[in-house]
Amino acid sequence: MRNILAVADIVIKELYRRKDFYVLFIVTILICLVMASVNIFNNPDIIRYVKSLCLLLIWVSSLVIAITTTARQIPAEREQRTLLPLLAKPLSRSQLIVGKFLGCWIACGLALLCFYAFFGALSASREHHWPVLSYLQAGLMHWVALAVVIALTLLGSLVFAAPSSNATICFVIVGGILFVGRYLDVVALSLQKPWQTIIYAVYFVIPHLEFFDMRKLIIHDWPLIQWRFIGLASLYGVAYAAFFLAAACLVFRRKAVN
Amino acid sequence: MNAILKTEKLRVEFKNRETRQAAKVALLGLDLQVNGGEVFGFLGPNGAGKTTTINVLLGFVQPTSGTASLFGINVGQPIARQRIGYLPEMTYYYKFLTAEELLRFYSKIFGLPGPEAERRIDGVLKLVELESSRKRLIKTYSKGMQQRVGLAQALINNPDLLILDEPTSGLDPLGRMKVREIIQRLKTEGKTVFFSSHELGEVETICDRVAIIHQGELKAVGPVNEIMGRRASLEKAFLDIVGYQPQPTP
Repeated sequence: MRNILAVADIVIKELYRRKDFYVLFIVTILICLVMASVNIFNNPDIIRYVKSLCLLLIWVSSLVIAITTTARQIPAEREQRTLLPLLAKPLSRSQLIVGKFLGCWIACGLALLCFYAFFGALSASREHHWPVLSYLQAGLMHWVALAVVIALTLLGSLVFAAPSSNATICFVIVGGILFVGRYLDVVALSLQKPWQTIIYAVYFVIPHLEFFDMRKLIIHDWPLIQWRFIGLASLYGVAYAAFFLAAACLVFRRKAVN
Repeated sequence: MNAILKTEKLRVEFKNRETRQAAKVALLGLDLQVNGGEVFGFLGPNGAGKTTTINVLLGFVQPTSGTASLFGINVGQPIARQRIGYLPEMTYYYKFLTAEELLRFYSKIFGLPGPEAERRIDGVLKLVELESSRKRLIKTYSKGMQQRVGLAQALINNPDLLILDEPTSGLDPLGRMKVREIIQRLKTEGKTVFFSSHELGEVETICDRVAIIHQGELKAVGPVNEIMGRRASLEKAFLDIVGYQPQPTP
């Protein structure tokens, strides 16, 4: 555990010493501020629309941060040859993978905290109430979804050599799951075998990231979801993240790093 | 003698990615033994298999067959690297860290307790003369300074075995002298040093034993004076052993 935390600490240090996160955060803040200024005739529909756009922006920004930072972790270590002195220490490859995952996940969690705190403050200033628990549930589920995305990207970074191609493929997969994943079973119904079986298999195999998308809870001020369902969804996300991490460890185990 | 580093019938083949056939045999059944307290020079022309051997010893490359161990522990286990220090040929470290932070990170990996780690960091930074630059980001360091950070990280755990891959390549004469002094100092402390080099004069001066490898095969191993025999220098012996034939001038 000591080694994993040491690696995670270095990942977090790197992320906050680079400028990418700050640029994305400032851009998101500016766009949200501009949107918040649009409050025509105090129409609640417009307020909801603006909130949904802001939350979409937060989702996109967090996915960009998660995928781009994770995609370059191992390839950058290989390219800059920092991997050699590191693996010459009593650090196993699995510890390195888990440390990288943990570092990226914690850093993304901190970024999410900033985004949600800012959005909550902005929203509270317009609506004069702040449903903290709804924000907590939405933020927590968002963070669990990022765990799955980060683990998937880490696995991709060991399979695809270039970080840019890995990032693009991960964006396409995550975007595909978020936008199309929930409709695959319906699509399968309209197909003939064997395509029906294949699409059904894909539907049941992919991690359904849309389960974690709880933007509507905040947008429409819906009542809280029961915590046991939040717990079950978290377990579902953790299981997928663990599966991708285990696969990454297996791929990396015998890979030559010279 | 106690074997600190040992390889037995070590064979490494690199496969062609498309055909999955062996494209290059880098090591052909290498048998090597380095004993405690000796400075061991590992010599060979470019492409002979020196770096591949070091890569196997550090677990970077899996051998096709044969075994390699450090302190009697198979190199596949991370714990085998607990008592070693390694300086790669090209040194690149996390440029967003200061030298002090980098050494603190590595000392955590070695499991050094806080006060002991701080004491070791102070000691190695003093040894490589980087005390005044310890809080500067590594990206602002010159090449020589980066090489010294490399030495510092290799020594942070007070290793019993130091593996150096061409440690003086690309260094100015002062830097080379510093590396030589450190190797001599480690030798007097009873540490084991295993290093590959093309600087045969340097090897002749500081090594107890040398091994010469050529095209993946061990051609000679023994004390420096034994390898040299009646030849005038180690360089002459090296050229004879690897079968160098001077081209007649037209």
